[in-house]
Amino acid sequence: MEFLVASAIGVLTAGGIYLMLRLRTFPVILGISLLTYAVNVFLFASGRLTVGAPPILQKGVETYTDPLPQALVLTAIVISFGMTAVVVMIALGAYLGSDDDHVDDPAGSAGSDGRDAT
Amino acid sequence: MIHWIVAPVVLPALLAPFIVLAARYHLGIQRVFSVVGVLALIVISAGLAWQASDGTVTLYQLGDWAAPFGIVLVGDKLSTMMVLLTSALALFVLLYAIGSGWDDRGRHFHALYQFQLMGIMGAFLTGDLFNLFVFFEVLLIASYGLMIHSGGNERLRAGVQYVLFNLLGSTLFLFALGSIYAETGTLNMADLAERVALIDPAETVGIRVAAVLLLLVFAIKAALVPLHFWLPSSYAEAPAPVAALFAIMTKVGAYAIIRVYTIVFHPDLEVTAGLHDTWLLPAALISLAIGMVGVLAARELNRLVAFSVIGSMGMVMISISLFTPVSIAAALYYIVHSTLAAAALFLISDLVRTGRRDLYLTPQPPVAGGTVTAMLFFAAAIAMAGLPPLSGFLGKLLVMDAAFDNGQMAWIWAVILISSLISVVGFARAGSVVFWKCRSIERDPEAPEPARPAIMSYAAVGGLLALLVAHTVFAGPVHRYTSGIAADLFSPDAYISTVLETPGKLSKPKEEEAH
Repeated sequence: MEFLVASAIGVLTAGGIYLMLRLRTFPVILGISLLTYAVNVFLFASGRLTVGAPPILQKGVETYTDPLPQALVLTAIVISFGMTAVVVMIALGAYLGSDDDHVDDPAGSAGSDGRDAT
Repeated sequence: MIHWIVAPVVLPALLAPFIVLAARYHLGIQRVFSVVGVLALIVISAGLAWQASDGTVTLYQLGDWAAPFGIVLVGDKLSTMMVLLTSALALFVLLYAIGSGWDDRGRHFHALYQFQLMGIMGAFLTGDLFNLFVFFEVLLIASYGLMIHSGGNERLRAGVQYVLFNLLGSTLFLFALGSIYAETGTLNMADLAERVALIDPAETVGIRVAAVLLLLVFAIKAALVPLHFWLPSSYAEAPAPVAALFAIMTKVGAYAIIRVYTIVFHPDLEVTAGLHDTWLLPAALISLAIGMVGVLAARELNRLVAFSVIGSMGMVMISISLFTPVSIAAALYYIVHSTLAAAALFLISDLVRTGRRDLYLTPQPPVAGGTVTAMLFFAAAIAMAGLPPLSGFLGKLLVMDAAFDNGQMAWIWAVILISSLISVVGFARAGSVVFWKCRSIERDPEAPEPARPAIMSYAAVGGLLALLVAHTVFAGPVHRYTSGIAADLFSPDAYISTVLETPGKLSKPKEEEAH
């Protein structure tokens, strides 16, 4: 169980980082999504892994799972979902506007090596 | 329980949807409500700062839940000072946005502005790390909207970079929070302070990783080299009033470092030994050097200002990384100065832009109202470069004084002094090209008369510079105040006991809830 969760987080993170280094908006956004999935599972595991235990007090139950990480994960999921939607819209606008989906500044722009002053 | 402390968060949070829903098509009404809201924020935050000035720590338990279980807002001297600084900055930037008509060049400027203020205020006031994450996200999502306000391809591209970089930062923040929670079982700062100190020194691997991750996250926000790459493009391409407001956002990172690394991972803690002097100090020195070299190398005025922000954050982080009460007091003094100076410079570069084709540092025909703009630029550049008589000089002197008995004093003094010289040259070159060489260029008689910035724009910039002058004139009292803050930060017992011992619901933890 621990091995499965740990390797899932590791594989998701590795895939996310690889995609993020691609410098085109679509792979980068996919990479960030994978990273947020990884961090959601990670947060979930931060309250220790328990199988089949209730998070809320009940009569006659001895073991509980930690409810707080579940609340944290819920917040994190909502926020990352919203942020991904925003970045998709902005990236789409940038792509449609300049017909270029590179994340980095193009060669010759003010951001990289300056424009010829005229 | 006093409810005023939650007002800086709730007021903008209510005003923003009101502006969107009720005043959607009436820019005039939006402006009135936005300005009135910010004025009210100033009054409230001044009241909070006055209340905290005698060392009282005000606690606000949301929903009346006691501290480690519920979320708390804490108003001590440090957070109320930052809240007051934010609201004062917000007023002048808002006046500039209205005067220059920037708020009319896209939609929902005022609503996003209020949400941005809500996020910043919340980040300063919260006493809970996860809540800090949430407020970071609130201020970020509003800043994404503000950053691409009024559109344009360059701005959208810079916006994509900015959003992606910050999304990555948020993910790292969550990893850090997960590690902290796994190691300690709490995310409340005061509770963490007690629990981290109890961790067995032999088993600190997890908490060490968490401390470094958290430092990385805050360093991204504070634009510390090598995590500064998001800043130059996004600040240069953002609309000028937005860039001016963003001047406080890098300070949110600096604030978070000061807060977390004095209360939770304080300098004497074995867990984080070496983090400040081995890693933070060199990074800060390099930030200062790169920022000021960037000032000299920049080809556009707004990029020059963006690099000077990196440089001044380097100065702040040098002072923070020394982690003595004297150096934290100097850092806080410099934070106020650097926020005001950077905001003024961004607004001035927009004043210049009003009469020119672009902001490239090339001679172009004189801009309308160039004399006044040049004088304002001169004053702001003196402040930013740290020449006497303005507060940049005093701030730098305080930082150097704090570094005097440090082992790395030679490095710190050398970098500060040489980078100051470089920045003076950079600002002097920019100013002389933009404002002096233009005299030799004949205006094309066919060309239309250049636009003249509104009086209100000048008033807003003048107001920021007046605050800078006041910061210089009252340097004695201000520095005494920041020294008091630093002393409180290094003996956080009042903070911790106020947060943890104020009664509320669940204040006596039951057996089942012990983690």
